[in-house]
Amino acid sequence: MSHLELDHLVQRYGEHTVVNGVSFRIETGSIACLLGPSGCGKTTLLRCIAGFEPIAGGEIRVEGELFSRPGCSLPPEKRQIGMVFQDYALFPHLTISDNIAFGLKDETPEERKTRVAGLLQTIGLDHQGNKYPHELSGGQQQRVALARALAPRPQLILLDEPFSNLDVDLRERLSVEVRDILKQEGMTAILVTHDQHEAFAMADEIGIMHGGAIQQWDTPYNLYHRPANRFVADFVGQGAFLEGTIIDEHWVEVDTGVLESQKPLACCFDASPACGPGSRVEVLVRPDDVVHDDASPLKAEVLHRAFRGAEFLYTLRLPGGAQLLSLVSSHHNHAIGEQIGIRLEIDDIVCFPVQATLSPP
Amino acid sequence: MAYNWNWEVFLQPSATGSGTYFDWMVYGFKTTIGLSLTAWLIALLLGALVGVLRTVPNKLLSGIAAAYVEVFRNIPLLVQLFLWYFVLPELLPTELGNAFKQSNPFVQQFLSSMLCLGLFTSARVAEQVRSGIESLPRGQKNAGLAIGFTLPQTYRYVLLPMAFRLVVPPLTSEFLNIFKNSAVCSTIGLLELAAQGRQLVDYTAQPYESFIAVTLAYVVINVTVMVLMRRVEARVRVPGFIGGK
Repeated sequence: MSHLELDHLVQRYGEHTVVNGVSFRIETGSIACLLGPSGCGKTTLLRCIAGFEPIAGGEIRVEGELFSRPGCSLPPEKRQIGMVFQDYALFPHLTISDNIAFGLKDETPEERKTRVAGLLQTIGLDHQGNKYPHELSGGQQQRVALARALAPRPQLILLDEPFSNLDVDLRERLSVEVRDILKQEGMTAILVTHDQHEAFAMADEIGIMHGGAIQQWDTPYNLYHRPANRFVADFVGQGAFLEGTIIDEHWVEVDTGVLESQKPLACCFDASPACGPGSRVEVLVRPDDVVHDDASPLKAEVLHRAFRGAEFLYTLRLPGGAQLLSLVSSHHNHAIGEQIGIRLEIDDIVCFPVQATLSPP
Repeated sequence: MAYNWNWEVFLQPSATGSGTYFDWMVYGFKTTIGLSLTAWLIALLLGALVGVLRTVPNKLLSGIAAAYVEVFRNIPLLVQLFLWYFVLPELLPTELGNAFKQSNPFVQQFLSSMLCLGLFTSARVAEQVRSGIESLPRGQKNAGLAIGFTLPQTYRYVLLPMAFRLVVPPLTSEFLNIFKNSAVCSTIGLLELAAQGRQLVDYTAQPYESFIAVTLAYVVINVTVMVLMRRVEARVRVPGFIGGK
């Protein structure tokens, strides 16, 4: 039995459907992430799971027990679901220790003390329990918020954009730390974010949300390398699309030549039955698929370059006019306008039927 | 203008024969204090309750609270006082009304004034409390609920401790207002500070001394209240928040 189960969840605000038939399951001890652009309904979904909003359709179950269905909702305080908020929501009139101990109602004073001391150590703030929230940095406050949510040993923990108020460095470090803490406590968790780096760093599995629906539920690796549709391919990672024609299950012809895929072109054949040999498709080319090779006969013009320290991200124009992104070691310092040799090295080709609208890379 | 200043008027025996005119002032002062403090107690308790009710999710409860506030906030204080003193006894069951009308006039005046001031001010306190609760980030309430507290518990342990701290400064103004508004009660014959001042003028024809004394008495009250409330503010303020550092 899965730990958390959503079955065709629907949520509306008036006429506006915010969550439209979302279903997924999460196993105990797993960290899942809902990733999507602002307004895709991910936070609403989280609020439904927490019990802050009644739902308009479907079901939410935890360990098989019904938590929400239309017209009936277990109140949030009975769900044993911990929540970490974007603005931390620490209680400003209580010390750090009192904040963490807040949810420990049934324990003896001794147990409370032990649990709080243990958690303070886990979040690396031992001996700082007597401070007040405003005396801590943003990162420390967020760790206290996590400890407060963990203290009553909830069945499930929800994190609502927990790192979005922090600077980039801290965000990356803290997301790894939080993952370690959650794993250490054996906690099942759902993270909501619009930042894919955060999602990749923390989650075992990720659901890409768009327009109130899950577009793909998969591991971070598969989302990047085997996106299920054009939206996921665009949203996750960087990349460009090259138009081409399918030859057969393994071969696609594009402007630059013929590409071979080691696995059959599953994505395309699955997504659209009309898509077969001879169909026009767009082939997803990730920046790491475009290899810089001076010896290559294929030349491209440097349109733009972004220095990233260890590497450059070049925007290149092929002779035919199509644009590609290429990640090249920063030893290869090429000027804008220069022609450089490239090679396409794509192991598994991901392609989609040609669409009328092309979004910029 | 030839005005005969005579500060010794306060030491003269009063026209009623008992004590001096200064004793009249002391009596008025005590009445004002007693009336204002009891009314303030009512205003705080009722205002806190109504203010909380205005913010609860239950539409019926918040609607009733909103109606309460609008009624007591929008009828002039003087009109409310007349309603309490002249109209309400007529609306009570006959026996109760008669019992009220036959009681000591001071008791009648004091009770009407206390209820009037208390309820009038409670509507204003309720609005302060509501704004205090609503000024808290919404996450605070959800955080309380997510940790497993019921809505009433979340109010008790999360929202109200913060909201009450935040509204101490505006409540200070209301506390000051209740002393000043109590002067209105002289219109139904309650012998509080302002009424005693006027009476003193009638008997002694020394208006300047009388009203200077009354003014000073109000100043003393208000300065005391301000000093006390500053202390309360300093004690309860939350570091890192409004009024804190």
